[in-house]
Amino acid sequence: MNRADDRAPALGTVSPGLEHRLHELWEGEGGLKGFLSTVDHKKIGLRYIVTAFTFLLLGGIEALIMRLQLAGPNAHLLSPEQYDQLFSTHGMTMIFLYASPILSGFSNYLWPLILGTRDMAFPRVNALSYWIYLASGIFLYVGFLTGNGPNDGWFNYVPYALRDFNPGMNQDFYSLGMVLLGTSTTVGAANFIVTAMRTRAPGMSINRAPMLLWGTLTANVANLLVVPAVSLAFFLLWLDRQFGTHFFDVRAEGQPLLWQHLFWIFGHPWVYAIVLPAMAFVSDALPVFCRRPLVGYPLVALSTVATMVLGFGVWVHHMFATGLPALGMSFFSAASIAIVVPSSVTIFSWLATIWHGRPVVTTAFMFFASTIILFVIGGVSGFMTASVPVDWQLTDTYFVVAHLHYVLIGINLFPVLGAIYFWFPKMTGRLLDERLGRWNFWLIFIGFNLAFLPMHLTGLFGMPRRVYTYGPDMGWNTLNLITSVGSFVIAIGVVLLLVNVVKSRRSGALAGPNPWGAHTLEWSIPSPPPPYNFALIPAVASRHPLWEAELHEEVRSSLDRGLMLDKGKETLGTTPLDALPDMILRMPEDTVAPFVLTLGLALLFTGMILKVWLLMLAGALVLTASLLVWLWPRRELREREPAHG
Amino acid sequence: MAEVLTLHPGPLPVGPIGRRGLGWWGVGTLVASEAALFGYLLFSYFYTGATAPPGWMLEPRPVLKLALPNTILLLASSVIAWYGEHGVLDRKPAQALIGFGGAFLMACLFAAVQVLEWYAKPFHMGTSSYGSLYFVTTGFHMAHVVVGIAVLGVIFIWTALDYFSPRRNLSVSAGVLYWHFVDIVWLFIFASFYISPYLGFGR
Repeated sequence: MNRADDRAPALGTVSPGLEHRLHELWEGEGGLKGFLSTVDHKKIGLRYIVTAFTFLLLGGIEALIMRLQLAGPNAHLLSPEQYDQLFSTHGMTMIFLYASPILSGFSNYLWPLILGTRDMAFPRVNALSYWIYLASGIFLYVGFLTGNGPNDGWFNYVPYALRDFNPGMNQDFYSLGMVLLGTSTTVGAANFIVTAMRTRAPGMSINRAPMLLWGTLTANVANLLVVPAVSLAFFLLWLDRQFGTHFFDVRAEGQPLLWQHLFWIFGHPWVYAIVLPAMAFVSDALPVFCRRPLVGYPLVALSTVATMVLGFGVWVHHMFATGLPALGMSFFSAASIAIVVPSSVTIFSWLATIWHGRPVVTTAFMFFASTIILFVIGGVSGFMTASVPVDWQLTDTYFVVAHLHYVLIGINLFPVLGAIYFWFPKMTGRLLDERLGRWNFWLIFIGFNLAFLPMHLTGLFGMPRRVYTYGPDMGWNTLNLITSVGSFVIAIGVVLLLVNVVKSRRSGALAGPNPWGAHTLEWSIPSPPPPYNFALIPAVASRHPLWEAELHEEVRSSLDRGLMLDKGKETLGTTPLDALPDMILRMPEDTVAPFVLTLGLALLFTGMILKVWLLMLAGALVLTASLLVWLWPRRELREREPAHG
Repeated sequence: MAEVLTLHPGPLPVGPIGRRGLGWWGVGTLVASEAALFGYLLFSYFYTGATAPPGWMLEPRPVLKLALPNTILLLASSVIAWYGEHGVLDRKPAQALIGFGGAFLMACLFAAVQVLEWYAKPFHMGTSSYGSLYFVTTGFHMAHVVVGIAVLGVIFIWTALDYFSPRRNLSVSAGVLYWHFVDIVWLFIFASFYISPYLGFGR
């Protein structure tokens, strides 16, 4: 076999010449073309973060309008139909367009940096997953802004969502938009999985990887397997509505509960998928401020995986009130309660890390530490609703709304805010202002608890969720007013964060490579990182490559001497478990193919919603052509024999 | 002074060699996700069937006259595709072209017979939930067959252009893997819709 073009990668040290060569190889074009064609994970990650945060703000504004409506009894700010669309769009936005993409954004930006490599495994797929996410967000919001937003809640039960009961285009926009978004999540998940398995720096065996790898990898394995369930459910719903099928129509022997099963087979693992990476932020960053490694790393890693494995078997706890057999409910109740075990392992590990450490209290630390409190509150209310008889009392009341907000804001938004304070210096080169940060933290923390702690009582006093107003004699007036006040306090806190970001980007203190004295690889390179991330591919000897001197490790990671890989746009491929050098990966150049492919998809889906067959055909053609160009074997990527053809 | 981990990798392949490349993993994850999709379709079939009133199955004894030979044809196309892949691995261009061309034609024939099978059914998509499940599940499979036909056709062209060698052939292996998947998943669909009624499901 011809092995003539095998090459032993050269070892070297950093020199201006090397940096210049790598810069030439990795720097993308500027201008509009560069904007549309970039495959740099850092640019894509930042786009994800900014886009997801924009959706957070939109979802927040929707929430504030609802809280105005609910601040007092018998209010008429919104009509029932407007309220329906608003709470459904709020749920859709926060869960699908904010909570998951923001984590994809951070992981996209951070993964190659924490793993010691130069890009994701599939840079073009990375661009594709962002563009499709953006397209689906726009698609869904075009529906909302034309009065066709989802209006049956984010989980969209049939028969409400069927055409006879919901004749507008609302459900069609929601269905097709979700199928489109599912494509983005799936290709993104595939990219995370392969990146985790094949591109870690040499020596970073799986037990030395940062927790962010465990969290995001676990979440994306789940996404890969469960997103098809919801895409299928929404597609079948669209067929039922537009093409006369009867999947969910009980009059033609369809099964309405099938919708709930398919939705929650996806929905409950998804809940863990949108918290596990955020929990990993805490597991990686909290120890930095405690000045010691995470307590019980292997247990936390295994708990992450265990949560997900159990998470596949809990979906029916959303369906306890639907009249399922008692045996089935017992099983799912037990599985739901069992999730407490891995969750507690993580909680106690964080507590032990603080207890045994020397905490340095920064804004980021406060967000991470308060995650623990909010997680416990949300966990306990989750434990309560996992019990079948308790759930029968609480289901569809504001108690559930309080629970899910403690979980999602507590274990997604709070870690994300902490992550912004923690990694902003890496992304921009400047620190966020700590004094504004404190105001930012306390306003959001107090506002959040003011809004949602009393909401448990609102639910226990019997207020049903998803009702646009209530009578004055129900005993819910004061509690609702407090919640509304709290929601505006959160809003002020969020505005302060925006002020802080804008101000600090311009005039914040310079960060340098490692402002927090942190321990993982991303802090060994300049802030913001150069286009090629690492001039030398490091060799990793421990879980905390930058703390080895302090921890008196016997074998040290090699950061100053490493593989140069400067003979083209290249990085190192390693083996899945031990991360031994396996091959040299040729990385693709910038290309507009992902963007054009997304345009084709957008055209296709526009044709589907308008039922214009010509548009669908045009979309399909653009899609096929861009795929063909994309996949055509290239010499420079060594996908074909250079001497052949 | 502590010892610093050193790294002296020997000669490493540049870019994908055989199946050893990221693209293989990429297609693997795609197949996993697609397999899940079909899993949910079959879950829908069995769940709806198990909870439906008697008489749900519109064709309690599904006719196998076309479906069984067609299934065998599809499986044979997988074997032929594998034969073509080995043509590339053994540097036998004629074998490769016969393999991919043969698989391409057999896939087209499968699709055509499947369309006949659809016309022969005494019910349609809108008759009841059974009709919906049958036509949408086999329709999803048909969509994958169409993609597979395109993949086999493109691989045929690339092979004819002499792009590959026993060493550089990831596109071929990945495409053939996808085709194996399309064929294997049909076995599950066939077993569910055509065989399980004979074993007592849906009565």
